[in-house]
Amino acid sequence: MFNYTLRRLLLAIPTLLFIALAIFLLLELSPGDPMADMPLTIPPEVREQMRLALGLGEAWYIRFFKWLYLFSVVEPSHVLANMTGLDWLAIEGQRIISFQTRSPVGDIIAQRLPQTLWVVGLSYIFGIMVAVPIGIYSAYRQYSWFDQAGTFISMVGFSLPTFFTGPLLMLIFSIWLGWFPIIYDTTLVVDSWYDFGLQLRQMAMPVFVLTLYNAAQITRFMRASMLDNLTQDYVRTARSKGMTEKVVVLVHVLRNSMIPVITVIALGIPTIFTGAIITEQIFRVNGLGALLITAIYASDIPMVLTLSVVFAILIVLFNLIADLLYAVFDPRIRYD
Amino acid sequence: MPDGATPVLDVKNLKTVFATRSGEVHAVNSVSFDLRPGELLGVVGESGSGKSVTMMSLLGLLPSPPAEVRSGTVMLGGRDILKIGAEELRNVRGREVGFVFQDPMTSLNPVFTVGFQLCEPLRKHLGMSKAQARNRAVELLELVGIPDARRRLGDYPHQFSGGMRQRVMIAIALACDPKVLIADEPTTALDVTIQAQILELVKELRQKLGMAIIWITHDLGVIAGIADRVMVMYGGQVAEHGPVREVFANPAHPYTRALLQTMPKMHGARDAKLRVIEGQPPMLTRQPAACPFTARCAHAFDRCGRENPARRDIGHAHDVACHWDHTTADPLTAAEAPA
Ligand SMILES: Nc1ncnc2c1ncn2[C@@H]1O[C@H](COP(=O)(O)OP(=O)(O)OP(=O)(O)O)[C@@H](O)[C@H]1O
Ligand SMILES: [Mg+2]
Repeated sequence: MFNYTLRRLLLAIPTLLFIALAIFLLLELSPGDPMADMPLTIPPEVREQMRLALGLGEAWYIRFFKWLYLFSVVEPSHVLANMTGLDWLAIEGQRIISFQTRSPVGDIIAQRLPQTLWVVGLSYIFGIMVAVPIGIYSAYRQYSWFDQAGTFISMVGFSLPTFFTGPLLMLIFSIWLGWFPIIYDTTLVVDSWYDFGLQLRQMAMPVFVLTLYNAAQITRFMRASMLDNLTQDYVRTARSKGMTEKVVVLVHVLRNSMIPVITVIALGIPTIFTGAIITEQIFRVNGLGALLITAIYASDIPMVLTLSVVFAILIVLFNLIADLLYAVFDPRIRYD
Repeated sequence: MPDGATPVLDVKNLKTVFATRSGEVHAVNSVSFDLRPGELLGVVGESGSGKSVTMMSLLGLLPSPPAEVRSGTVMLGGRDILKIGAEELRNVRGREVGFVFQDPMTSLNPVFTVGFQLCEPLRKHLGMSKAQARNRAVELLELVGIPDARRRLGDYPHQFSGGMRQRVMIAIALACDPKVLIADEPTTALDVTIQAQILELVKELRQKLGMAIIWITHDLGVIAGIADRVMVMYGGQVAEHGPVREVFANPAHPYTRALLQTMPKMHGARDAKLRVIEGQPPMLTRQPAACPFTARCAHAFDRCGRENPARRDIGHAHDVACHWDHTTADPLTAAEAPA
């Protein structure tokens, strides 16, 4: 299994290089111009100087390799230095600079990450916690009113996009009832119970919207997987041994049913970062999704490129993790 | 066979109905039989004749809905186990009655070790500690002829062959030393040599442990080899029942006769055609007011289409549910054989 992991990780490197190159070239070919926002009064020669200062004067392949070096060596060293507090880890010199803010992309991403994790990550965890028990019970009592209601709600949660449910909730709870703030205040520092209350209130709606969406999806998977297993012969065997329904369902059936569900959950983790783009935009949460959108609008090529490749890495990584989890939970699967 | 001893299991008028979209299916219709201590009762009948449903009804193992055990009594250990509560019934399953199912490939849980699955009933029913259960599990695996038993406790079902898995299933069913073992076509999914080994094993275990066994099979040859009594089922009913020698020597029901004729004979003429029973098994969607075999029966007469025959005693502990008298080859009138 160790060898398998190593092999997969090594195989991931060319894949990611190719993805990075593809994104780079796409951005290169895209019509946006980072100078477009500058006042028209700037004389053309100054404008040209500014372009050169941004590093846009060099051939594309030089820029790509420079970016690649900075992305894989320099930026991680700074992030690591910040995390550990060991300043000597950071490599001095050139960094990937965002066109828009003129600060290093690594620092901006590190700054925005907590917002995304708090709102989107939390709703993913809530989603799982809600979905798994509902899925189990729905399957065990198939066609009961509980199952019917659950199926209906998850259909709704699944088919209504967050850009519909989001504004709807805002209309009801912020504008009509005034319970929750419309705008997520990123600068809020939680150091008192009062601020904690504020934080909870501003998180409530985005977390709810995303939880509904995540839970809807995972519930469907959980229910289907349980139903598949409840009719298996080994369930009858467990009952014929005199096992209680609790043991039959929560030990025998659940353990089998979790295998595909865990894989789906692992595969879904990268969408915490990518899928939040729309929700963050709606609730004005200053996270990674919002960062990507504003960077695209501003033709902030280093930022867009870096973020997209980070997302690509997450997706490749969690694909591998999903495969490994499969082997951990299913004794029939062995990688060697 | 201790004839006349009090039966360990006594089933009377068992009726099981499935609710389906196209109406009710009467899968088991007034089935009665008993099982005496240490005896082996063979149950035969073609696919869909209700053998499995009968046995699963006894222990409430059918999914409900759609299944409903509508009436009947199942006496085991002095009480009717159709009437007892869920918890008490669970104490019967695995403790007093062990079950072995047809397909050893799917009957074991793929994600738990064989040791875990074998220890479960030991810990639940006999209250053993982990260590005690493991020791007993080793003994059980050795008993059913699995070599290197202690090491194999940690293996998963997919690491065993089909025959070995069926041995494990038998070990699980026998774990708590039940009075009754119900084996539902335990060898159908196995190849012939493995089948013979499992049969040998069961014969041997029966001698050692002395439990009563119900053995369901399609194979009359197997019945002839191991059973004391045989019950022939057709269309959810008992067609004929009696001691094996007696039934094989004097088959009274046209269906049993046909079954015996379909048996390939080892010493028969080489060019003898393999015989089949013509026609389709009956649809069980209506409460049969006729004999279910009528449509396929060579001896059917008008009464067979009107009246479902009751089982009548024909001597030598042998009974048959048929309006036709096999001794005289004559139709019986209502006076001679009341329905
Ligand atoms: N879930 C179900 N829903 C409806 N009818 C069912 C269901 N399960 C079984 N039956 C009916 O019960 C009848 C008896 O089935 P059973 O499985 O007992 O047959 P069997 O004698 O064991 O056959 P086999 O030799 O193939 O195992 C069948 O005719 C079938 O139509
Ligand atoms: Mg069957």
